[in-house]
Amino acid sequence: MTSIFRGIWVVAYRELVRFVSERSRLISSFAMPLIFLIVFGAGFSRMIGTLVPGVDYVQFIYPGIIAMTVLMNSLMSGVSVVWDREFGFLKEILVSPLDRRGILLGKASGSATVAVLQGMMMLLLAPLLGIPISFKMIITLIPVLFVISVSISSLGLLIATRMRSQQGFQMIIQLMIMPLIFLAGVFYPVNNVPLVMEIISKVNPLTYGVDAIRQVFLGSTETSVIGVTVFGHTMSILDNILLVAAFGFILLSLAAVSFNRSD
Amino acid sequence: MPAVSVEKLSRIFGTLKAVDSVSFEVNRGEIFGFLGPNGAGKTTTINMLCTLLKPSSGKATVNGYDIIKQQAQVRRSIGLVFQDSSLDEYLSAEQNLLFHAYAYGIPGKERKKRINELLELVGLKDRRKSKVRTFSGGMKRRLELARGLLHEPEVLFLDEPTLGLDPQTRHHIWQYIRQLQNKNNLTIFLTTHYMDEAENCNRITIIDNGQIIALDTPAKLKDCVGGDLVTLKAEDNRTAITELKQKYRVEPLFENGSISFYVPKGEEFIAQLVFRFESRLLSINIRRPTLDDVFLKLTGRAIRDEEASFQDQLKQASRQRMRGR
Ligand SMILES: Nc1ncnc2c1ncn2[C@@H]1O[C@H](COP(=O)(O)OP(=O)(O)OP(=O)(O)O)[C@@H](O)[C@H]1O
Ligand SMILES: [Mg+2]
Repeated sequence: MTSIFRGIWVVAYRELVRFVSERSRLISSFAMPLIFLIVFGAGFSRMIGTLVPGVDYVQFIYPGIIAMTVLMNSLMSGVSVVWDREFGFLKEILVSPLDRRGILLGKASGSATVAVLQGMMMLLLAPLLGIPISFKMIITLIPVLFVISVSISSLGLLIATRMRSQQGFQMIIQLMIMPLIFLAGVFYPVNNVPLVMEIISKVNPLTYGVDAIRQVFLGSTETSVIGVTVFGHTMSILDNILLVAAFGFILLSLAAVSFNRSD
Repeated sequence: MPAVSVEKLSRIFGTLKAVDSVSFEVNRGEIFGFLGPNGAGKTTTINMLCTLLKPSSGKATVNGYDIIKQQAQVRRSIGLVFQDSSLDEYLSAEQNLLFHAYAYGIPGKERKKRINELLELVGLKDRRKSKVRTFSGGMKRRLELARGLLHEPEVLFLDEPTLGLDPQTRHHIWQYIRQLQNKNNLTIFLTTHYMDEAENCNRITIIDNGQIIALDTPAKLKDCVGGDLVTLKAEDNRTAITELKQKYRVEPLFENGSISFYVPKGEEFIAQLVFRFESRLLSINIRRPTLDDVFLKLTGRAIRDEEASFQDQLKQASRQRMRGR
């Protein structure tokens, strides 16, 4: 048991040390969410106006943009596994007495910590966009972002356990990232779209992550059109988080099996 | 209890038998060498012994721990220097060692002390804060050696520890290795295809195509060649060969314009030969057998022909490129 915990903190610690020494990553992971925020926010906000009383379009997409920042950073966990494999450092990790599950959890929580930090930095934009934030929001946001981030990290890790090259991994991630983001209810409420899109969106676990973040900022959406309804039940913030956590747990278990089996 | 005990260990990749039913034992405190050409199965064997690769069949124990059932114990008791660099190039030398110390749970006070000692030992103390990517190949190799020793393993596996290093650094590394063996009674399992290095081992296993073809001390292995190697050139090589065969009962080999053969007690033989030989001699050379000769004798080919050393260069070049990125 202790070797699991040691695995988690040792591996997470290295991820953080690495992150601090690589500043380019900091900038690049902000670029895409910011571009989306500016293009979509400025492009549509005047046309769309308010979606529900008190919520304009920028306020609606802003939580989704935070989710996007978290998503981009979380997938780095997988990048770092493939990177370590390519440069040999993974062997150093694998022959050490650290538990394999601990190693994976360490990768996931290391990149989740970075992702939460980056997500929190997006909060600096809130005053510029006229979005009110309170201390309570910030405190709630941290665990919410962490759970979402660990789950998405697990997805990155699962793919990474099967990949041998950086290029291969990047290809798959590029293929996945767009549908994940566009079909997650970042830019439109998922209850009000054509059926096919609605189904895909509701299968996409990121949808629930986005909804959870949104509810942190806009309060409960259970009674409004911008909420997420599954089988007639509108998700609360806790429902969302539990669902995302369950999804993460399954992915992480699969990743552990796959990691153990790979030579 | 032997330090390493291997019984009919095999590993198959597809249809290729990379390691084919090898059995051997490594005694405590000895330097045990694995010698063989490229692709012989040396690295594959090490990977199995250090639990990175599952054997296709067979059994092995390291420090008495089963490599399949007791992986955690095996990992805790061994140190490793891989054939290819396994450092984090974006961390400093010290950070690499720190990571290792944390991973092996070395307690705080010990940690500082040992890291200092080892950095001193490998001569990297004044570069401790530098990022590893700014190190030369030899410096990286020395850092890896320091890292492998940090948690005081009982068995140290070194996969071609001196590949691509200059003679001076090779000499240094060998000095450490012998020092460690004497001081700490450390068992060292190493692979190499440098014959001259293999001579430093207490015992050597020669492996070819995944199979062990010889296992003994360097001296005994050289004995099996059958004496010293004499190489000579004569004005008329053909008559010289006939004469050698008839009068001296040796089996000469004619290659590249010179005649060579093995005889016991080479010096005495030459004195006789110079005195009595009828064909006119142009040159004579005598040397003690090396492990190269052993390999040649056992397999009929040289361990490092042109092609092999060319492959080596390629390997080096591609490694350099990987690191350069
Ligand atoms: N992961 C792998 N998949 C397929 N074949 C492999 C794999 N690893 C090694 N081999 C093959 O197994 C054989 C033995 O390889 P190994 O790396 O053990 O050789 P080696 O003795 O260490 O050689 P070298 O001196 O070049 O390091 C080679 O023919 C190699 O191609
Ligand atoms: Mg090898």
